Amino acid sequence: MFDWLQNFADWLIYSVFNIGAETHLGTALNFFVFDTIKILILLFIIVFIMGIVNAYFPVEKLKDYLNRKKLYGLEYLFSSVFGAVTPFCSCSSVPLFIGFVQGGIPLGVIFSFLITSPLVNEVAVAMFIGMFGLKATLIYVVSGILLGTFGGWLMGKLNLEHLLSDWAKKILENKMQHPEYQEEKLTFYQRLPEITHSAWDIVKNVLLYVIIGIAIGAAMHGYVPENFFNTYLGGGQWWTVPLAVILAVPMYANAAGIVPVIQVFVAKGVPLGTAIAFMMATVGLSIPEATLLKKVLSIKLIAIFFGVVTLCIILSGYVFNILL
Amino acid sequence: MSKVIKILGTGCPKCKSMTKVVTDVVLENNIDATVEKVEDIMEIMKFNIMTTPALAIDDVITIKGRVPSKEEVLDLLQ
Repeated sequence: MFDWLQNFADWLIYSVFNIGAETHLGTALNFFVFDTIKILILLFIIVFIMGIVNAYFPVEKLKDYLNRKKLYGLEYLFSSVFGAVTPFCSCSSVPLFIGFVQGGIPLGVIFSFLITSPLVNEVAVAMFIGMFGLKATLIYVVSGILLGTFGGWLMGKLNLEHLLSDWAKKILENKMQHPEYQEEKLTFYQRLPEITHSAWDIVKNVLLYVIIGIAIGAAMHGYVPENFFNTYLGGGQWWTVPLAVILAVPMYANAAGIVPVIQVFVAKGVPLGTAIAFMMATVGLSIPEATLLKKVLSIKLIAIFFGVVTLCIILSGYVFNILL
Repeated sequence: MSKVIKILGTGCPKCKSMTKVVTDVVLENNIDATVEKVEDIMEIMKFNIMTTPALAIDDVITIKGRVPSKEEVLDLLQ
């Protein structure tokens, strides 16, 4: 699929810039051009597809659907899958949360959405396909969705409604039982330019992070000694997974910046499962998100939320390492 | 009659692009309207929306969760 791009990178570096294919600089630049363009193309395609899905199945429709149907536990899975296909924007998390509460959606189901939405996001998926291939991406996406499903279910079982902020509680008391959803009346062709436009916007916004991430990754490849992580992080001891996850939670990095670094970890001997767990903890939980959620959740509830998600990520890290 | 346009959003990049599109349309077409930015989340939630940015014309939500094109905004204002 990307042969033409490899040819282009070869031509650009080896012929136009005349840097030899046998030099370190030549191969490194070639990788850099190839990887960057490939990932940007993948990102555009993924965001575009998500845009179409969202135009036809917006989040209000999900709320309505969850509210009307008895789903016998499947609502956690639906909510989680939906979190995965909705482009994540942390500033929408409060309106989404309140909207769901108002619509009478159980707290656990809302958490399923909130967990998966940043965990499985378009940028991370594009980077994963580009750097680890389809199989690893599928494992990451499916496990992210299952993690959100399980985490939300667990949060629901804990009965935490009393830990909402006062403002959110007030809204909970006045919830409406059957909100109607009004469909916007635009045809597919009317929507197409706008979907294309916003996909392009997202690509433009992460462009710099992709370049920096890939550049750091490329530099690390050359300088981190072979088996460095094997000695410290990859030896398969039981404590490596929790250590990687706990280190990652306070880190707040864009998926575009973190995936190329993880690829180096894996190339230098860190098990893929530990690496995926590390990435999930970096993108899934962040201090800025916690600050925003303070409007609707008490500090204690945020702490429980982060604790449950951290535990789930650690568990899934072990599962990956057994499966992979 | 002068229209009241409200842009609802907590200040993310998308909200800023919506503000720009809307103010451009109003200025370019000499539309009699005031453009107001609503950034307080409590105020925003009174409009019962789940995704930002949203556009309200005379307190009726017309667009939510996306940045519209200039043509679309112009259509809505006429």
